[in-house]
Amino acid sequence: MNEPAREKTSPHTGVELLRVEGLVKRFPGVTALGGVSFDLHAGEVHVLLGENGAGKSTLIKCLAGVYQPDEGQVVVDGHPVTLNTTRDAEALGIATIHQEFNLVPGLSVAENVLLGRPPRRFGIVDRQAMYAQAGAALARVGLTIDPRTPVDTLGVARQQLVEIAKALSLDARILILDEPTATLTDDEVDRLLALMTELRSAGVGLVFISHHLEEIKRIGDRITILRDGVGIGTVSAATPRDELVRLMVGRAIASQYPRVRTAPGEDLLQISGLSSPGSFEDISLTVRAGEVVGLAGLVGAGRTELLRAAFGADRYTAGSVSLRGTPVARHDVRTSIHAGLGLVPEDRKAQGLVLGASVAENLSLVSLRAATRLGLVDRARLERGAHRAVADLGIRTPSIRTTVRNLSGGNQQKVVMGKWLSADPAVLLLDEPTRGVDVGAKVEIYQLINELTASGRGVLLVSSDLPEVLGMSDRILVMAHGRLVGELTHEEATQDAIMALAVKEVESSRAL
Amino acid sequence: MPSDAPPIRTSPRPGEQTNAQRLTERLRSAASRNGALGALLLLGAAMALLSPVFLSTQNLLNVGVQAAVIAILALGQTFVIISGGIDLSVGSVAALTAIVTGLMVADVGLPPLLAILLGLAAGLASGLVSGVLIAYGRLPAFIATLAMLSIARGLTLVLSGGVPVAQPAAVTWFGSSLWGWLPVPVLVMVALGLLAAFILNRTYTGRAIYAIGGNEEAARLSGINVGRQKLIIYGLAGTFSAVAGLVLAGRLASGQPQAAAGYELDAIAAVVIGGASLAGGQGRAFGTLVGALVLAVIRNGLNLLNVSSFWQQVVIGAVIALAVLSDTLRKRRN
Repeated sequence: MNEPAREKTSPHTGVELLRVEGLVKRFPGVTALGGVSFDLHAGEVHVLLGENGAGKSTLIKCLAGVYQPDEGQVVVDGHPVTLNTTRDAEALGIATIHQEFNLVPGLSVAENVLLGRPPRRFGIVDRQAMYAQAGAALARVGLTIDPRTPVDTLGVARQQLVEIAKALSLDARILILDEPTATLTDDEVDRLLALMTELRSAGVGLVFISHHLEEIKRIGDRITILRDGVGIGTVSAATPRDELVRLMVGRAIASQYPRVRTAPGEDLLQISGLSSPGSFEDISLTVRAGEVVGLAGLVGAGRTELLRAAFGADRYTAGSVSLRGTPVARHDVRTSIHAGLGLVPEDRKAQGLVLGASVAENLSLVSLRAATRLGLVDRARLERGAHRAVADLGIRTPSIRTTVRNLSGGNQQKVVMGKWLSADPAVLLLDEPTRGVDVGAKVEIYQLINELTASGRGVLLVSSDLPEVLGMSDRILVMAHGRLVGELTHEEATQDAIMALAVKEVESSRAL
Repeated sequence: MPSDAPPIRTSPRPGEQTNAQRLTERLRSAASRNGALGALLLLGAAMALLSPVFLSTQNLLNVGVQAAVIAILALGQTFVIISGGIDLSVGSVAALTAIVTGLMVADVGLPPLLAILLGLAAGLASGLVSGVLIAYGRLPAFIATLAMLSIARGLTLVLSGGVPVAQPAAVTWFGSSLWGWLPVPVLVMVALGLLAAFILNRTYTGRAIYAIGGNEEAARLSGINVGRQKLIIYGLAGTFSAVAGLVLAGRLASGQPQAAAGYELDAIAAVVIGGASLAGGQGRAFGTLVGALVLAVIRNGLNLLNVSSFWQQVVIGAVIALAVLSDTLRKRRN
C-alpha cells in the first residue's frame, strides 16, 4: 500500500487532512460506491483513477456534500464529519472544482470569485474591496486579468483558473479537481500542473481526477484505483502505466490505438473551398472509403466549425460539399443525413443526446424517419434496432428503457455512435469522440471506427488528444486559425510535427 | 417494494378475487407512478365519503361534462408543453371557432357541417400562425401565443360585435346526450384523449415532440425538421382548441364572445398536474386527462359541499401546487 513516494514529488509526510473509510452509496438499482477508502495528506496530490462509471464522481460528490453516503465515514483532521450540504464541506476547507463550471456567465470575474460573500460596507457591496480581494486571489493562481472582466469573455482555461481562485479564496485546504484538463490544450495543462505543484508545496491536499496517464505520472504522488464502485487499492504514482491500466479495467488492453489500416478506396466526402468568415477559410479536403482522416489543431482553430458546416448544421458562405460526387445542399441537416453524412458532435450532452429519454429513444433518433410509414412509427422495428445496437456496441445499460442520463460517459457516447450507425452513413464526422471517456470505452470506440472503415466507410476525426489522432488516423490534416496548414501521412506524423504546424502562425497572437 | 414479492394466494380459486387483486395492484402501481391518478383516486374517495351524491352515475357524468372542455384544451396543450413550448391562446381560439361556426350558418347561410369545418380551420389557422412565428420568426412561444391570445379574442369580438351568436343544431349536438344519458362532451373527450395518446406514441410527430422537448439541438442534429414539427404541434393545439370551442358552444347553445377566457391557465394546470414538465420532454395524454378530471372533481365536490366559488379558487390553487410538489418530491427520491 504505502510504497515510498518518488523523490521528485513531495512525500506525503504532511498531516492527514482527509480520510475516507468504506464509503458506500446506493441509488435505486445500482450501488455507485461499494466501499471505497483512501486518505489525503497535506502537500499531496492524490489521484483517483478509474473508468467512467467507476464511481469517481459519486465519491467526489460525497466529499463535496452533494450526496450523503449510506455507509462508511469521512474523517477530516481526525474527526468524523457529516457533510449534508456543500456549505458544510466548504466550512471544513473542502473545495471542489467540478467538470461543469459553477460560474455565473453575466457577472465579472471578481463577482464570481467572491460569489455569495462579497465584501460589504453598511450592507452595500464594497466594490473597491471586492476588486482588491479578487485581484489577490487571482494573483495566487497567476492570472493577470482585470477582475472587472465579464467571466464569459474568458476561455475555458482561464475560467478554470477563476474557479480555482474562488476555491482558494475560501481558504480551501483540500482541493478536489474533477477532470480539470479535459478541455485544455497542452500548454494550458502545463500551467495548471505547475499551479497544482505550487499549491502542493504550500501544504494544500489535492484530489485529482484525470484520464490522462501522462499527467498523472507528472503530478501525482499516490493513486487510488476504483473499479465498478469498489476501491481496488492505493499505489504509488511510479507504478508502470500498463499495470495502472490493468488495475483500472481489470484486464490488459493490448493496444491503446488498435487501428487496422486498409488501402483507401474511392473518394467519398469532398469539401472544396469551404469558407465561413471568422471560423474557417478556404478549406478543401477529401475523405476516401476505408480511411480515417484526422483533423488536428489547437482549440479554436476552426475544426468544430468546419465539421458542423460540412454537416449542414451551420452556414457557410463559399465552397461546396459533395458525397460520392453528388453535391450536398448547404445548411440542411436532413439532406446531409440523406446523402450519407453523420455527425457525432463535440458536446454529447448538449448536442448528441436527449438526456431525459431512454436508450432506445436516443438510438432511434436518426432512423426514426426511415422507420415511419404514412406518419406511423414502426416501434417494433426501432426496438429491434435498439437491442441490436446495444449488443453490437457493447453499451452497458440495464435495459433499453433506461434513461440515458444514468449511463456513464463512455456508454453515452456509444449511444450517440449507435444512433448514427443505425442510419448507415457513408462518412461519419467525429468531433472529440472520446472526450471524457475512460480507457476501456475509448478502445471500444476505436474498434468501432475500425469496423466502419473496414466496411468501406470513411471517418473524419477531430480530436485534441494528439496521441489519439496519431494512433487512429491514416492521414492527418492540421488546422490553424481557420486554415489548413499542412498534411501528414501517419508514417511521418509525430506530436512535434503536428504541433509545429498548429502553432506556426498562431504563436505571436495567442495570449494565455 | 411490495411488487417484488410473489402475490400471496389466500383463496384457492384463481377466479374473481385474483382479478380484483390484480386490478387493485395495477391501480396502485399506476397511482404510484402517476401522482395525478393517486390524487384523483384520493379526491374521489374523500368526496364519496363526504357526499352521498358524488358517486351517482348522473353526478360522475356531470364531472365528465365539466371536465371535457378543459380536458380537450389541455390535450392540445400537452403536445406543446412536451415539446418545451407553451400555448396561451387556446381559450381565445376556442371562442373564435364557436363564433366563426355560428356566423357561417346564421349570417352567411352555409350548411352547418361546412360551417363546423370552417370553424375547425380557423382554429388550425390560428395555431399555424403561432407556429410560424415560433418556428421561423424565432419568437419565444410565450410571446407568440400571448399575441395570438389577444388577436383571436379581438377577432372574436370584431366578428360577433360583442354579442352572442346563435348556434345551429349540429353544434348544439356537441352539448347533448346520446340515448338520453351519454353526454357527447365526455365521448369527445375520451376520443380525443385516445387520439392524442396515439399521436404521441405511434406517430413520427409524436416521437419528434418528445425529442424536441428533451433536447432541441440534438433533435435538429439528428435530422428532425424542428421547424416543421413545431408548425404541426401548434397546428394540433389550435385544432384541439377548436373542438373544445365547439363542445363549449354546444353546451351553452350559443357562441359567447367572452367564452373560455382564462381557460388556458386551467389547461396548463391540467397538463402539469398530469405529470408533464414545463421544461419539456415529459408528459402523457392519459396524465393530462387525469389532471383535467382532478380539477373537475374538486369543482364538483366543492359545489356538492356548498363551498363558495371564491374558496374553490383557493383550493384549486393549493391542489395545483400540491400535485406538482408531490411529483417533484417523488422524482427527487428516485
